[in-house]
Amino acid sequence: MSGNTAGPRSAVIVGGNRIPFARANGPYAQASNQDMMIAALDGLVARFGMAGEAVGEVAGGAVLKHSRDFNLTRESVLGSRLAHNTPAYDVQQACGTGLETAVLVANKISLGQIDSGIAGGVDSASDAPIAVSDGLRHTLLASSRAKTPLDRVRALGGFRPGHLVPEIPRNSEPRTGLSMGDHQAITTAQWQISRESQDELAAASHHNLAAAYDRGFFDDLVTPYLGVTRDQNLRADTSVDKLARLTPVFGTGQDATMTAGNSTPLTDGASAVLLASPQWAAERQLPVLARFVDAETAAVDYVHGDEGLLMAPAYAVARLLARNSLSLQDFDYYEIHEAFASTVLVTLAAWQSEKFCHDRLGLDAPLGQIDRSKLNVNGSSLAAGHPFAATGGRIVASLAKQLSEKGSGRGLISICAAGGQGVVAILEAI
Amino acid sequence: MRDRYSDMVNSRSGGVLAGMLGLPRPVRLRRYAASEPLLAGPVVVRGVAGGPLLPEIKRVLTSVAAAAVVTTETDSSQPASGSTSRLGAVVIDASAARTLGDLESLRASLSPCLRRLDPCARIVLVGTPPESMADPTAAAVQRALEGIIRSVAKELRDGATANLVYAGQGCGAALESTLRFLLSARSAYVDGQVVRVVPAAVTPPADWCRPFEGKVVVVTGAARGIGASIVGVFARDGAHVICLDVPAAGDALARVANRVGGTALQLDITAADAGQRIAAHVAQRHGGQLDVLVHNAGITRDKLLVNTDADRWGSVLGVNLGAQLRMNDVLLDPQRKGALADGGRVVSVSSTSGIAGNRGQANYAASKAGIIGMVQSLAAQVADRGITVNAVAPGFIETEMTARMPLATRELGRRINSLGQGGQPVDVAETIAWLAQSASAGVSGQVVRVCGQSLLGA
Repeated sequence: MSGNTAGPRSAVIVGGNRIPFARANGPYAQASNQDMMIAALDGLVARFGMAGEAVGEVAGGAVLKHSRDFNLTRESVLGSRLAHNTPAYDVQQACGTGLETAVLVANKISLGQIDSGIAGGVDSASDAPIAVSDGLRHTLLASSRAKTPLDRVRALGGFRPGHLVPEIPRNSEPRTGLSMGDHQAITTAQWQISRESQDELAAASHHNLAAAYDRGFFDDLVTPYLGVTRDQNLRADTSVDKLARLTPVFGTGQDATMTAGNSTPLTDGASAVLLASPQWAAERQLPVLARFVDAETAAVDYVHGDEGLLMAPAYAVARLLARNSLSLQDFDYYEIHEAFASTVLVTLAAWQSEKFCHDRLGLDAPLGQIDRSKLNVNGSSLAAGHPFAATGGRIVASLAKQLSEKGSGRGLISICAAGGQGVVAILEAI
Repeated sequence: MRDRYSDMVNSRSGGVLAGMLGLPRPVRLRRYAASEPLLAGPVVVRGVAGGPLLPEIKRVLTSVAAAAVVTTETDSSQPASGSTSRLGAVVIDASAARTLGDLESLRASLSPCLRRLDPCARIVLVGTPPESMADPTAAAVQRALEGIIRSVAKELRDGATANLVYAGQGCGAALESTLRFLLSARSAYVDGQVVRVVPAAVTPPADWCRPFEGKVVVVTGAARGIGASIVGVFARDGAHVICLDVPAAGDALARVANRVGGTALQLDITAADAGQRIAAHVAQRHGGQLDVLVHNAGITRDKLLVNTDADRWGSVLGVNLGAQLRMNDVLLDPQRKGALADGGRVVSVSSTSGIAGNRGQANYAASKAGIIGMVQSLAAQVADRGITVNAVAPGFIETEMTARMPLATRELGRRINSLGQGGQPVDVAETIAWLAQSASAGVSGQVVRVCGQSLLGA
């Protein structure tokens, strides 16, 4: 890059596509990750008239993967209408996967390594990769290693009926044994987030998403799949009163404030975002919705009780703002992934807390408050659902379109992920 | 869907049975394939009363087929009975016919040819618009051509069709696209129709097989059925197709678009800003170039009028007619970027229900008849910009919609036309593509039925 004296070039978001998200074991129960990823890619290809064309690369991934899906994204490309000479690779960073793929593609575009790329993700909580138990697996592997028939029989003798119990993927942290909801319940209690404020956030998410559908916001962001035309989890008619009637599912005693209504359900879905250099887009007369400015990833030590499982984005945003010399208030839109309503509320509270910002983030002053009317303006995961690796693509494409409609300003994306991680990014209008 | 009756009578044993019982045997219609010759066999070209258009007709025929296939038995006095070779088509220029004696010449020319026709042969009669005749006898004679062609179309067997072209004075080169269409397999299901062509400045395409090379075409209702077929034909003939349908049909729409390398635009055409959004899309993605607009989207909400509420009424009229009117306002605005270019084409899908009416379809027939009114009025308005506006009126076309009809209704619909079978979506698509050609500049304000000369709306 010796000739590139002007510094890295821009990476822009051309547009996105996703299939409507559906609740686990619902209409997509029979669809595999690959099926859904292909549908998301093909919808994107159709939107931009790219059948038979190649892009620089496709980065995608899934959180819940069958062992046969080791090359899921490349296989999806081969099943799609993209040119088959489009390279692809898988990424996996829990719920941060989708945004991380966009970071990777945008970085390569900025460096001039590629001119265009598709970032995406998919997850099926329905078609979960149930595996055989470790006992049975070890027995079968020992048998296959055996050199004589007698040894083989001997190895199979290690089989015990208990080995038949399958290994089912769990929504829990391997190192603590606690589910994500259990972890978040601890954080929610620590930060004293009220049930009512969580239900308010959840109701707003549904209302915002429904209104966005009604005004046609998703006409060029979503392509129906298997008869589903809108996110199946969406409840346009929900209200704080209705949500208040639900029984808490996480937390204990008076701290039990987290319900099925203010937590995201297990969801199936896929998303894809087309990124490019401005020149590549211009040559094809394609739209440019927003610029991918910068991104940051953080992780926290939740294992030893030092920090809440889903608090990493609070740290990542502080660093991202500092690097870009921005304040938290310098944004027109905030897209904070609603893993749980309380995740969003705790993050906002942390940024306002002098103590947290000083002790944990090392700042002289708190990052401060945000204008809540700029938060998740077209709904977020509580309403749309959250197919883990597909959420990043949903948010990037939606925020880019919001910025394009507004014609100015910037937006902040914050996504928390299992393993105590967080991926955050800044987009800017063009 | 499959036409099992046709399958049966076209099978070996079924054919014998049908022959014994005297059952009608609809043939498999010849349909366009780029690899096949335009005409199935030799053509006889004749003129009545001098045939002033014969040079132009012969020029067209010579350019479409090797000179050897064109038989120029032009003199009607020449005895045709001696020749027995099979014919792919008969073209008769009767544009100079003015007397009853000329009609007898026409009979003498045409009649002997009818026994020599190949399956799916074409008869094209060329006349002069009766309304342009000052003399009542001449007007009567020219109008008589319509009676002749409609009757001959009913008389023909084995998939042969007969159509009439009223060519305005000095038509010349403007005739070519219409002649080519009516003679080719593209017009498989257009039968017993009258088309008017007026003189117009025409630039023939570089390649008649790809007349839409470099053109941008918008097709509404593109996700399935006839719409998907329209997309296929335009793309095959060289166009980039912007495929429109409601967001709820987006998955099928994406498949249609991807099959031909087109673009999917999910858009509800009843939205107030639908036209603006199409123009904005064209402006951004195609540098503002829009050549053809095909209004195909339509819905049915059938009920007897006595049971039709405002909802059923309004939704059909809103989608089938209101949306088109609103979109035209925007897309025919010469000032707007991304609107239809000068020399552009608008083709709307009407219906034989709009011509004949249909029990239980007052709302649908209103919308489809409305399209005819719209087309006729609009054609005059935009003529000075070289834009043409036409409609096609499909009869019974084999689609998902007709597959859902009750058996008896479906069978009746299929059989009560001169070709004894339903049409295919591609037949409608080919007709639209003919009207949308740049070379069809002389055809505007027309309603062409694609109905196999159905008895409905005849």
